[in-house]
Amino acid sequence: MSSAAVMTGDTAPPVFLDLKGEHHPKNGTLLGFWLYLMSDCLIFAVLFACYGVYGRSYAAGPSGADLFDLSLIAVATGALLLSSITYGFAMIAMQMRKKAQVQAWLAVTGLLGIAFLGIEIYEFHHLIHLGAGPQRSAFLSSFFALVGTHGLHVLFGVIWLVVLMIQVQKIGLTGANQRRLMCLSMFWHFLDVVWIGVFTFVYLMGVLP
Amino acid sequence: MNHTLTLLTGAVSAAAVPASADVDTSTLTSLIFGRLSWNSFPFHDPIILGTFVAVAVGGIALLALITKYKLWGTLWRDWFTSIDHKKIGIMYMILGLVMLLRGFADAIMMRLHQAMAFGDNLGYLPPHHYDQIFTAHGVIMIFFVAMPLVTGLMNYLVPLQIGARDVAFPFLNNFSFWMTTAGAVLVMMSLFVGEFAMTGWLAYPPLSGAAYSPGVGVDYYIWALQIAGVGTLLSGVNLIVTIVKMRAPGMGLMQMPVFTWTALCTNVLIVVSFPVLTAVLALLTLDRYVGTNFFTSDLGGNPMMYVNLIWIWGHPEVYILILPCFGIFSEVVSALCGKRLFGYSSMVYATVCITILSYLVWLHHFFTMGSGASVNSFFGITTMIISIPTGAKIFNWLFTMYRGRIRFEVPMLWTLGFMITFVVGGMTGVLLAVPPADFVLHNSLFLVAHFHNVIIGGVVFGLFAGMTFWFPKAFGFKLDDFWGKMSFWFWFAGYWFAFTPLYVLGLMGVTRRVSHFDDPSYQIWFQIAAFGAVLIAIGIASFLICLYVSFRRREKLRDTTGDPWDARSLEWSTSSPPPDYNFAFTPIVRDNDAWWDMKRHGFVRPTSGFTRIHMPKNTAAGIILAGLSTVCGFALTWHMWPLAVLSLLAIIGYAIGHSFNYQRDYYIPVEEVRTTEDARSALIAGNGPQGVVHV
Repeated sequence: MSSAAVMTGDTAPPVFLDLKGEHHPKNGTLLGFWLYLMSDCLIFAVLFACYGVYGRSYAAGPSGADLFDLSLIAVATGALLLSSITYGFAMIAMQMRKKAQVQAWLAVTGLLGIAFLGIEIYEFHHLIHLGAGPQRSAFLSSFFALVGTHGLHVLFGVIWLVVLMIQVQKIGLTGANQRRLMCLSMFWHFLDVVWIGVFTFVYLMGVLP
Repeated sequence: MNHTLTLLTGAVSAAAVPASADVDTSTLTSLIFGRLSWNSFPFHDPIILGTFVAVAVGGIALLALITKYKLWGTLWRDWFTSIDHKKIGIMYMILGLVMLLRGFADAIMMRLHQAMAFGDNLGYLPPHHYDQIFTAHGVIMIFFVAMPLVTGLMNYLVPLQIGARDVAFPFLNNFSFWMTTAGAVLVMMSLFVGEFAMTGWLAYPPLSGAAYSPGVGVDYYIWALQIAGVGTLLSGVNLIVTIVKMRAPGMGLMQMPVFTWTALCTNVLIVVSFPVLTAVLALLTLDRYVGTNFFTSDLGGNPMMYVNLIWIWGHPEVYILILPCFGIFSEVVSALCGKRLFGYSSMVYATVCITILSYLVWLHHFFTMGSGASVNSFFGITTMIISIPTGAKIFNWLFTMYRGRIRFEVPMLWTLGFMITFVVGGMTGVLLAVPPADFVLHNSLFLVAHFHNVIIGGVVFGLFAGMTFWFPKAFGFKLDDFWGKMSFWFWFAGYWFAFTPLYVLGLMGVTRRVSHFDDPSYQIWFQIAAFGAVLIAIGIASFLICLYVSFRRREKLRDTTGDPWDARSLEWSTSSPPPDYNFAFTPIVRDNDAWWDMKRHGFVRPTSGFTRIHMPKNTAAGIILAGLSTVCGFALTWHMWPLAVLSLLAIIGYAIGHSFNYQRDYYIPVEEVRTTEDARSALIAGNGPQGVVHV
């Protein structure tokens, strides 16, 4: 389009520079963080693929049907899904500039995350105690790798959440902190989505005979 | 872990015999130092010891010179902590060139050894040393030469080409660079402390598992790649966001310079492939450290899973390297032929096609795995299809040259050398894509010749073309013509002498990674290959001489215009070297080849009306975090658990602390902008300050 204007020999001198300084590059933090999440998603994709390949390689050891306690996992799943909703409430409070409410909902979210982690640690400890540790079979290796990586992410999310609560308390709901809260929001919901996959493919399908 | 524990308890129970006090000391020692002991230092090996002495003397001399000329402050303030994408780009290039010397030293040692090791002559390298050398050569050349050089060029050029003042995340950029360097440091440490992997550059299990590689070599490999991988991934995210969000007004996607397009595609590939490498290496780590059974041969594990996964990263990786080089050639050809690039849109579409296809061919690296005829056919055909967009690119460059005013400057020579060499490499690639042919040629020197043909002919030639082409932009003076041509011709001839014999040997059935031969009829070919390696050595030396000579003659070679090649994209509209803020005013793009358009339509550089410019502040956080990561990687390699935990906590703590720093930017005052721009006006007018070199 502009080259056509050039060829017709427009009389007005062309503007080559933004002399008034009107152009400001857009902030790319959210896009960048989303790209990071997609790369993280690929790490989970590899772990899911491994679980898909090794999921029935019990090496004469215990299977998912022998090991998984679905009622316990249901509680953990409930805690994590609920924490996504409470994080959502924190974001609504952020939009309304209510700092105390943000902090309260973040705290609830963090506690639910810790509850989830507690159940996971208990489960892992229990399995290892039963002799069904990650060394026992390729099935258990891939189980611990997938679920454990998710758990490490939740742990990281909880640490991040605590740091952010301190920063919101100290500095307030500034533009930078809002951006950070939105990044953590994406991270937290992402972990929820991954967990739905884990719950379905590992636990629900794992207890099938 | 089990393995280590057994070793550990074995050592402890052996020590338990003399006295209980000894037990405490040895347990404490092994707790702190892990597997590290005086035996880990290769005092017994004259080759390594000699290298160590040379490196130590050279290193001390370098440090002494820096101290003598009081450069520490400048280095720290203006370079190490800099978040300026141009300086980070240059540091990447320096890292890549330094590591090139190491990687090439490995190469010429192999060539020399293989030329000798026939019959009774065992050569001069024991097999375990030879195995480390070919592993280190591959790892270094891909991860610490090609990757830094490609990333360096993208870092330097992308913001300039799109009319931006920096990348989207300047601090992350600095951090990425130092993480890459940390990986390189770990690989270099393995030369003098312990050993490197003896597994080949992709460390296939079960050989790389704890049972067959109990030493520290594979652990060095894992942690070096994991740490460098963090840097690569973050720099990929950074550059994508930069290209998507920070283009100058008017620059739509189809107005971007081709180099920026290839950079975009490459960084997309980085983001979608490096996580796979991270994950698969993490699983190998679990096998080695925790005793899991992902890639073991028993308890349900499957080593082929590793091969499958690592090539899902590995194949896109070669396109990560070559795509930006295609971009370089496109820029060089159109600038040095004085023509708009032929078929810009087809070039873009070809690049995007290659990006997508590169994800659909990985299985051709292991046709012999036994996936069956239909799977092999699918991947054989997708592989052959890649040659179509690549062929389209070759024709685009040829048609750009057709009826162009070709200037045979050094970057153009590299481009022509590339076109000849790469086409041959591409054809042997299509040959290898035929599964039945691959069953014969798999793992042979034919394969080695093929990938050197495309990586040297494509990536290395491209990087040299790029370095020569943009050197005047980065340093303000052109590179010396004579030594540049010497470098090109020796590399070009050297490549053909070094690798054509490998094609022949591969067809004769010689497999790769062999350190001794019985059949004397092979020897002449290996000797020719060694001669080629010597020619390449002269080519590399010529390039170094070229840098030195050009620096000495910099006043004669000075580029006062900022546009020494009469080129076309926006980076040439800035001074050479560009100011910290790149553009005093953000350009408004009206056409492809924005700078060419500006030059042709009466652009006049403004000399007043400047405003203050918003820029990010320097920070030491990147180098500190990367330093702690190096310590952590070293500790994990040697099983120094307390140190590993401490350094990991330090990394997390420091990162959290850094997140409390909200003051990360400042304004360059308008006076400073005016002074800089006035200096450029003076330089253009021909009475620039003499002897001022921004290096």
